[in-house]
Amino acid sequence: MKLQEYRSKEILARYGVPLLAGETATTPAEARAAAERIGGPVVVKAQVLVGGRGKAGGVRLAANPAEAEDRAAAILGMEIKGITVRTVLVAPAADIAQEFYLGLILDRAAKAISVIGSAEGGVEIEETARTNPAAILRLPLHPLLGLRDHDIRRVSFFLGIPADLRRDFATTLRGLHAAFVESDADLAEINPLAVTRDGRLLALDAKVVLDESGLFRHPDLEQMRDLNEEERSETAAREAGINFIKLDGSIGCMVNGAGLAMTTMDLVKLAGGEPANFLDIGGGAKADRVAAAFGIILDDPNVRAILVNIFGGITRGDEVARGIVEARETLTREVPMVVRIVGTNAAEAQAILARASLITADSLDDAAVKAVAAARQGGAA
Amino acid sequence: MILVNRDTRLLVQGITGREGTFHSLAMLEYGTNVVAGVTPGKGGQAALDGLVPVFDTVTEAVRETGANTSCIFVPASAAPDAILEAAFSGIGLVFCITEGIPALDMLAVYHVLRQQGVRLVGPNCPGATSVGGAKVGIIPGDIHRAGSVGLVSRSGTLTYEVVQAMTDAGIGQSTCVGIGGDPIVGTSFIDILDLFNQDPETEAIVMIGEIGGDEEEKAAAFVQREVRKPMAAFIAGRTAPPGRRMGHAGAIISGGAGTAESKRAALEEAGIRVADSPSHIPSLLRAAGVPR
Repeated sequence: MKLQEYRSKEILARYGVPLLAGETATTPAEARAAAERIGGPVVVKAQVLVGGRGKAGGVRLAANPAEAEDRAAAILGMEIKGITVRTVLVAPAADIAQEFYLGLILDRAAKAISVIGSAEGGVEIEETARTNPAAILRLPLHPLLGLRDHDIRRVSFFLGIPADLRRDFATTLRGLHAAFVESDADLAEINPLAVTRDGRLLALDAKVVLDESGLFRHPDLEQMRDLNEEERSETAAREAGINFIKLDGSIGCMVNGAGLAMTTMDLVKLAGGEPANFLDIGGGAKADRVAAAFGIILDDPNVRAILVNIFGGITRGDEVARGIVEARETLTREVPMVVRIVGTNAAEAQAILARASLITADSLDDAAVKAVAAARQGGAA
Repeated sequence: MILVNRDTRLLVQGITGREGTFHSLAMLEYGTNVVAGVTPGKGGQAALDGLVPVFDTVTEAVRETGANTSCIFVPASAAPDAILEAAFSGIGLVFCITEGIPALDMLAVYHVLRQQGVRLVGPNCPGATSVGGAKVGIIPGDIHRAGSVGLVSRSGTLTYEVVQAMTDAGIGQSTCVGIGGDPIVGTSFIDILDLFNQDPETEAIVMIGEIGGDEEEKAAAFVQREVRKPMAAFIAGRTAPPGRRMGHAGAIISGGAGTAESKRAALEEAGIRVADSPSHIPSLLRAAGVPR
């Protein structure tokens, strides 16, 4: 789960990371009031979860409260990579002398939390990795000992932190690490970590991405989820316990298991169609979850056909078949449905589907071809 | 056969739970030697229609029954500790089926088990079945046919799909292993490929990967160096959009790395035939010289 900049800063501030928090605003008037409270020049920043805010004109300086109001009026409502800006962060402007990148990641290769540091701050780390990989330090931390002073010194000297700011740097990295561990993060980065002309070390931007699997023990962080940037259907799916990602095609897919769901999408494409979604109904799905999945798929007006692919194991084929037939009664619109159910109780499932005169398929390849054909016919009608 | 066989003496942690009971019965039915269960607080009871004794701790279960392998069905919040309990109680091989374990919890567990010399498969994996030997986990027992092809996969139901396709085509399996879809798993593709490579009963190998990470690329390099047995592969997620997590925590394409194309190229470079559909795996195996 990606967190907005202001949420990320809120977490880092709790752990003592030096930063200029600022205030959020959803109207130009609020932005003006925030700038008045802050005093002096401010920066008005679009709060969206996509990169490239600055280039898109979503980050602007304002010398006084009146200007802050103007800037907020320009930024609020603008679209950045398809996301409408609804919130801005108004923060004190900083006069930057030097910028660093400092991040922590869950390092799958090292099976550790790794510190990532670069003296080329303000640029995306992926960009630095391409253009100047030698400028990046990647330091895996000991899985049991965590972040130690010698680790901090190593990063500090690699980055060339000015001597009088090394203590603040240690506070920053320690805070970032504690925030990462105690929030169950996948990523926590400060970019840029800036040295200002008046000699302060400050986190000017922050990004925290949380591990969805860790959220059960952080109900407070779950509250930080930005539903504004999540597809409505994805929110509904999450609440129903379904893994769902909306795509742009015309063939709705309902599958059990993530790997099989991806494969089903791939085979739709191979058959000349485009998948409308990734959908994994999860293990042991019963009629109610099947019905919820149909509702979510059909909520997308682009869907012209639905492909159901179930390999029964924990999930029982007859339960799913019954769910399909029941759900069909209540569906808001009629689209052709191709159903393939194999594995546990597949024979019972076939009988149920045959009575309901649904298009069935034996193999996954066959199901994909039939679904693509059905979508074409449906689209022509 | 690798990992599990007739000598497996299985302990099920979480045997009295809904999933634990259901799958333990299926394992027993398959012929797996399920010798004990552990549910703290239910020691002294008997699970699975009185067939399997239940203990409060893994230490007791091992002492009383000689269990050497564990299969874990406990909830995500308790699973990391259950893995450690098994490892510190003399169990040499642990399968963790549980999904949704926070990744950070697995870091210490991963390294401690390596230090203890205990093998962990998973978490978030379907387990392993040695056909005609033992089934540990949740892979349906009736989709297999005995034979000489080893299969290793990161998925669950996709594994079943490929196994079924092989069985339907008359190609039997030695052992099928799911290593799990999480970012931090105990056993890698390379670990399993190494075991299959040394297993005299395995003559060919199928590998089922998916987008995200670079485990498939590393496996390809290992195959090029070490493996002389014929191989076929499938990679799921060619149509997955970048930056989105496709169900499995591990399945995410980031910064252009971990795409199906890069994995396919690496595998083909290593001489592995890569299928466009799971149903093509049998013909690729035939082409690689696997007999009926």
